[in-house]
Amino acid sequence: MASIWEAVKRSAISANLDVSEEELDIYVQRIKDIIGTMDELRGISTENTEPTVNVLSAQNIFREDTVWEGLSRDSALKNAPCVEDGQFRVPKIV
Amino acid sequence: MDVSKLTITETRALLADRKINAQELINAFLSYIRKTDGDTKAFINVTEEQALMRAKKIDDAVKSGKNLGPLSGVPMGVKDNICTKDIKTTCASKMLDNFLPPYDATVVERLHDAGAITLGKLNMDEFAMGSSTENSYYFKTKNPWDGGRVPGGSSGGSAAAVASGQVVYSLGSDTGGSIRQPAAFCGVVGLKPSYGRVSRWGLVAFAPSMDQVGPITKNVRDCALVLNNIAGHDSLDTTSMDCEVPDYERALVDDIKGLRVGIPEEFFGKGTDPAVIDRVERAIGILEEQGAICEKTTLPNSKYALPVYYVIATCEASSGLARFDGVRFGCRSEAEDLVSMYKSTRAEGFGPEVKFRILLGTYLLGPENYDKYYTKALKVRTLIRDDFERAFKKYDILVSPTTPTTAFKFGERMSNPAAMRQSDLLTIPANMAGIPAITVPCGLVEGMPVGMQIMGRPFGEKTLLRAAYTYECHRGCDYMTPTTGGGLGEGV
Repeated sequence: MASIWEAVKRSAISANLDVSEEELDIYVQRIKDIIGTMDELRGISTENTEPTVNVLSAQNIFREDTVWEGLSRDSALKNAPCVEDGQFRVPKIV
Repeated sequence: MDVSKLTITETRALLADRKINAQELINAFLSYIRKTDGDTKAFINVTEEQALMRAKKIDDAVKSGKNLGPLSGVPMGVKDNICTKDIKTTCASKMLDNFLPPYDATVVERLHDAGAITLGKLNMDEFAMGSSTENSYYFKTKNPWDGGRVPGGSSGGSAAAVASGQVVYSLGSDTGGSIRQPAAFCGVVGLKPSYGRVSRWGLVAFAPSMDQVGPITKNVRDCALVLNNIAGHDSLDTTSMDCEVPDYERALVDDIKGLRVGIPEEFFGKGTDPAVIDRVERAIGILEEQGAICEKTTLPNSKYALPVYYVIATCEASSGLARFDGVRFGCRSEAEDLVSMYKSTRAEGFGPEVKFRILLGTYLLGPENYDKYYTKALKVRTLIRDDFERAFKKYDILVSPTTPTTAFKFGERMSNPAAMRQSDLLTIPANMAGIPAITVPCGLVEGMPVGMQIMGRPFGEKTLLRAAYTYECHRGCDYMTPTTGGGLGEGV
């Protein structure tokens, strides 16, 4: 329990999610419940099997390298919670 | 005029014959929504003003003798994870409560070009994560057949709005069954097209390797008509296939003589309600009466589809949802520094199910788990695809129940996530393989609709639609409604 709890806590940090210890207990329990079914996969022989990342057989889809009109600056900033001087504003970084 | 039972074909005829104009029609639908949605709660946002403006344009075009698009004046609803320009697109999440997309999704743009009128945005599980629409940030949508039961999910609002007649048709999205399961629960037709058949541009992604947009309609003809207008290559979506799009309406031929139908035994197992199996077997009997050659087959690796799905979907979601960080769009919680702002924004903006899936996906992608779970799941996904590939060498379509049970009661599975996951047991394999699958209502169990699922070869939507249409022609009614039952009783 302790190791999975610590691992999920590290996952919350990686995922930039503030999670209280009480919430973490609930999520860890749910992860423990579902991981059992995922562990069943480990017994399946896949030695010579390639992974499926994409079901389509097509690869390397190219398009003409042409310029078209993108979003205007105003459109791109319209949904931003905080804007200053035509740019996204964020809290201090360093 | 009772607009609630109109199909696309009937609506087009009413407008073409000038029995009603587009503005009158839209007003009739808006009035019906006002009357019913306090109870059904399918809509997050009704776009009355935009709908009436669009209807006026269509009426003006009619007066000036202009050619109209194939869906001109026909009202639709759109799942709220599909972007609509300057109309709120929330994904039923606090995170996007005020998000106004600067563009339309390609599917919306294509339907609007065909003359469709959007009546509003429909409720769903937050970020499409769920099977009952109980995970919406806003409210729960009721199943029009029984207000004490869920409409299914995640496209629960889309299915409920069509079943209750608030819109003629709707768009949903399907990652593991999110079109087909709610369509089956609400007694309507729902199609998940082949992966790559319909553009995903403007669909807010949940798990991009499986997501597809598709129609929810009252009957199979309407499904073909909508697919005709949304299918096809889109250079804005690199996973959209540049291949021929047939006329799906022409596939609607009442003839399945010699069609080879496989019945995968794993889909009729102990987890599926015997009464549901009974209705589907009766429907298969109708296919046989019409000349289909039906026989049992096996998809042995499909039993692993559920865990494979939960590994892949949560891994993709945990990565994709990283973009919701309070900088460019969505809500923001103020904090002293950037990382604290990210963390508190995401803690406040996401609901518990979304947080759980992000955590699970991040955990599974961790260095100690990546190969053990993620790479393994991708390999087992190949085995599941191989099963389908083998089956489709012998059969034209595969038929099964869409869901193991009919719609369940509110709250019944929220405290039992394993039981909730089971409701997608029979729909997930098609997403694993990227194949098309449709659900068609095939009877009732204790007054609730049952869906028959038909799966086909990649890009084989024509065959699916032909089989579904033939079944519908001989089922005994055009479509089922919560008020009439459509003539399909318990014993059908």
